[in-house]
Amino acid sequence: MTLIDELGAWLADPTHWTGPDGMVTRLLEHVALSGACLGLAIAIALPIGLWIGHTGRGAAGVIRAANIGQALPTLGVIGIVLPLTANIEPYGFDLIPSIVALVALAIPPIVTNTYAGLRQVDPEAVEAGRGMGMRELQLLRLVEVPLALPSVLAGLRISAVQVVATATLAAVLGAGGLGRLIIDGIAQQDDAQLFMGAVLVAILAIATELAFAGLQRIAISPGLRGRVQAARGSAADV
Amino acid sequence: MPPGEPLLRPDWVVNNLDVIGERLGEHLGMTATAVGVGFVISFALALMIRRHRALTTAVIGAAGILYAVPSLALFAFLIPFTGISFVTAEIALVSYTLLILVRNILLGLESVPPDVLEAADGMGYTSRQRLWRVELPIALPIIVAGLRIATVTTIGLVTVTSLIGQGGLGYLIVVAGINAFFPTAIYVGALLSVALAVAADALLLAAQRRLTPWSSARGGTA
Amino acid sequence: MTTAAPDDRSPVAARGQPSNPPPSTTGAVVELDHVTKRYGPPGSSPAVNELSLTIPAGEVCVLVGPSGCGKTTTMKMINRLVEPTSGRLTIDGRDVMQLSPVDLRRRIGYVIQQVGLFPHMTVGENTGVVPRLLRWPQARIRERVEELLDLVGLEAAAYRDRYPSELSGGERQRVGVARALAADPPVMLMDEPFGAVDPIRRDRLQNEFLRLQSRVRKTIVFVTHDVDEAIKMADRIAILQRGGILAQYDTPDAILSHPANEFVERFVGADRGLKRLSLARVRDLELIRPVLVTAGTDRTDARRELQASAVDFALLADEHGRPLGWIRATDVDGQGPIDPERATPGASLIEPETTLRDALSAMLASSVQLGAVVDEDERVVGLISVDQISEVLQSGNLPGKTDATG
Ligand SMILES: Nc1ncnc2c1ncn2[C@@H]1O[C@H](COP(=O)(O)OP(=O)(O)O)[C@@H](O)[C@H]1O
Ligand SMILES: [Mg+2]
Repeated sequence: MTLIDELGAWLADPTHWTGPDGMVTRLLEHVALSGACLGLAIAIALPIGLWIGHTGRGAAGVIRAANIGQALPTLGVIGIVLPLTANIEPYGFDLIPSIVALVALAIPPIVTNTYAGLRQVDPEAVEAGRGMGMRELQLLRLVEVPLALPSVLAGLRISAVQVVATATLAAVLGAGGLGRLIIDGIAQQDDAQLFMGAVLVAILAIATELAFAGLQRIAISPGLRGRVQAARGSAADV
Repeated sequence: MPPGEPLLRPDWVVNNLDVIGERLGEHLGMTATAVGVGFVISFALALMIRRHRALTTAVIGAAGILYAVPSLALFAFLIPFTGISFVTAEIALVSYTLLILVRNILLGLESVPPDVLEAADGMGYTSRQRLWRVELPIALPIIVAGLRIATVTTIGLVTVTSLIGQGGLGYLIVVAGINAFFPTAIYVGALLSVALAVAADALLLAAQRRLTPWSSARGGTA
Repeated sequence: MTTAAPDDRSPVAARGQPSNPPPSTTGAVVELDHVTKRYGPPGSSPAVNELSLTIPAGEVCVLVGPSGCGKTTTMKMINRLVEPTSGRLTIDGRDVMQLSPVDLRRRIGYVIQQVGLFPHMTVGENTGVVPRLLRWPQARIRERVEELLDLVGLEAAAYRDRYPSELSGGERQRVGVARALAADPPVMLMDEPFGAVDPIRRDRLQNEFLRLQSRVRKTIVFVTHDVDEAIKMADRIAILQRGGILAQYDTPDAILSHPANEFVERFVGADRGLKRLSLARVRDLELIRPVLVTAGTDRTDARRELQASAVDFALLADEHGRPLGWIRATDVDGQGPIDPERATPGASLIEPETTLRDALSAMLASSVQLGAVVDEDERVVGLISVDQISEVLQSGNLPGKTDATG
């Protein structure tokens, strides 16, 4: 049987679509897991990035830590967390290690890009804001963040795509998501299931990439256009 | 995890140093192969793009799509063709290095100031001499920055290849560890792979500093 | 048409150093014959149009004109960084199109405004680039680099191993000149080489460059948009007009005294008379004999001397003959020795190498419209007056020139 035939047969089975282990469930699980992790990462990383970018205090240490954090293999983090949480019911064995690993993955790009964005802000613009009597928080909100937005969004985009792509690995521990189709496909030598899992997760990752690219285009002040750089790798250059 | 199982069994580590060493070696070999092959391909692609600017979008776009495809998915696409094998693992690993390396090689070459290029032409460098003796040395810090990202990324991804029967230290994490409910193997594999990534990054940075003494000279790059 | 020998214009060379025998010319004749360059398709307006110029060996030819008039294009056609659309360019009679661009460029020095030093090479390596391309032996390169750094005033031991990022703007520019001279090319092309340096340093670099040229005697094509720089550096000036049309090609003096058309006249400026003054030097004037007095001189003697003299001021000097200030004739009354308290302090000290233009501004800035010309020990050798210089301005003849009309 060729792959095409296998695919046809697999897709013809409605339980593969809407069943409890079907593609729709897996897709929703994947989106929910990714969204939750990205949200958590933003809640942690954005304030840190804004703080070190605005004050410059502690920046060297934080950026070093972020760079090391970027070097952590996700499977390694999952592995390190797992034995510590394995006995916590009901999620300690699958979900919690995956979430910790994904949040750890998403934090560094947001921190480093937010920091880099704020550092790039023309000191004269900040000076002008101060001269007009802005408080520190106002400065951040009205001057620094809008000017740093391209870089901040670039960081979010990197994190989002990485989280969506890597959430596949949650299936290694038996958690849900599109990775299950792949892992189960490998285990059951079911190439069609394997292939469909890969197609869906690839589409989701690319869609995330495009969605954030669109967001960048919409959200950035027209005055800054042309300076927008897709800084996917630049986080690690910092 | 079995109740009462300690997080780390030193006796297991001592008794299995040969297995651990073997997996570490495998990890290094897979990483070096992927980054090496990836660099050769990327270098050729970058030179091609320089010659034919129109190819930029196509090459970077294709590399970008490859990059956005999750690793496990890429393995899955390849398995029907190349099976559960070393080749499948390496094809995927190489694919991930392309975007980073091509982009950084191009950025590096673009970072050469136009006045330097003009001076080189004006002094009678042939275009090949200009590339090897002027442009590439000046681009080196940015190229090495790309190599660092690619290497660190690849070290992380090699662990994932354990899901298709390869994996280096990933074998310890997944097969000997998670699947066998054995924390000691997980920790040995995870800690070593993190250490490997950090060490490789530091090593490449040190090599770059040694190779480009001018970029750390006072005042940075001119 | 006479041109001042290059060392005549160099204050530094003329002051301290023993006079060398006149150096032989190592330059080559550069000739442009009806050269045209179009960047666009045939029929589009040319960047350089039917340009013909002969640049004699060992001379400095300055291309000057408004931005975009084709100066850089003209220059780059000589080393084929830009290929001419039509016309012939020759160096010592050899058509540049017959040579491979790479060989041609290795034999032509090239200096640009942004210098273009190689950031990854030390000063020594930068300087030795062309010799290395020409495969000179290592030892000879090392020797040559040392000699060149010395020539441009950078101590080899201190600079050879530095990177460009560790140099000031002026130092970088010198290394750029040293690098261009490395293989002893007969022709040097310099595109606004001092354009990015501040005015004070630019002046110093210009003087150094002139001194250097008086030793090496290359054929130099020098591009600038600054008329004053052109006047100062040039043996000949080519004034280009938009579209690469040659408006006038002549000596600085001829261009200032007889601008060929309205464009040239406007381009060199309404003060071209004044500008011409920078072509002559104080030593070209006949100096006025000063009435020198010291603190001990008897007033009666001083009065007598002043009456016999053409000037109304006595110059008060110290025992070594160094000027201290001016004493007005009307203040030398009564008896007894001169009272130094009555002197107007601060005479303008003028060196024989000073241009008439600078001398004039110095004198106009002081309360007494005379200048004390001093030798290198600051001893007075004579006086000049504002009147003398205005006479030069009015007569139209520059002193020290046999033929001012070009
Ligand atoms: N590479 C090029 N391609 C097209 N046009 C050019 C190029 N270089 C110069 N030009 C045009 O040719 C004219 C002369 O330029 P240039 O020689 O650089 O002038 P200058 O050096 O006197 O400022 C200008 O109009 C300029 O825009
Ligand atoms: Mg120009």
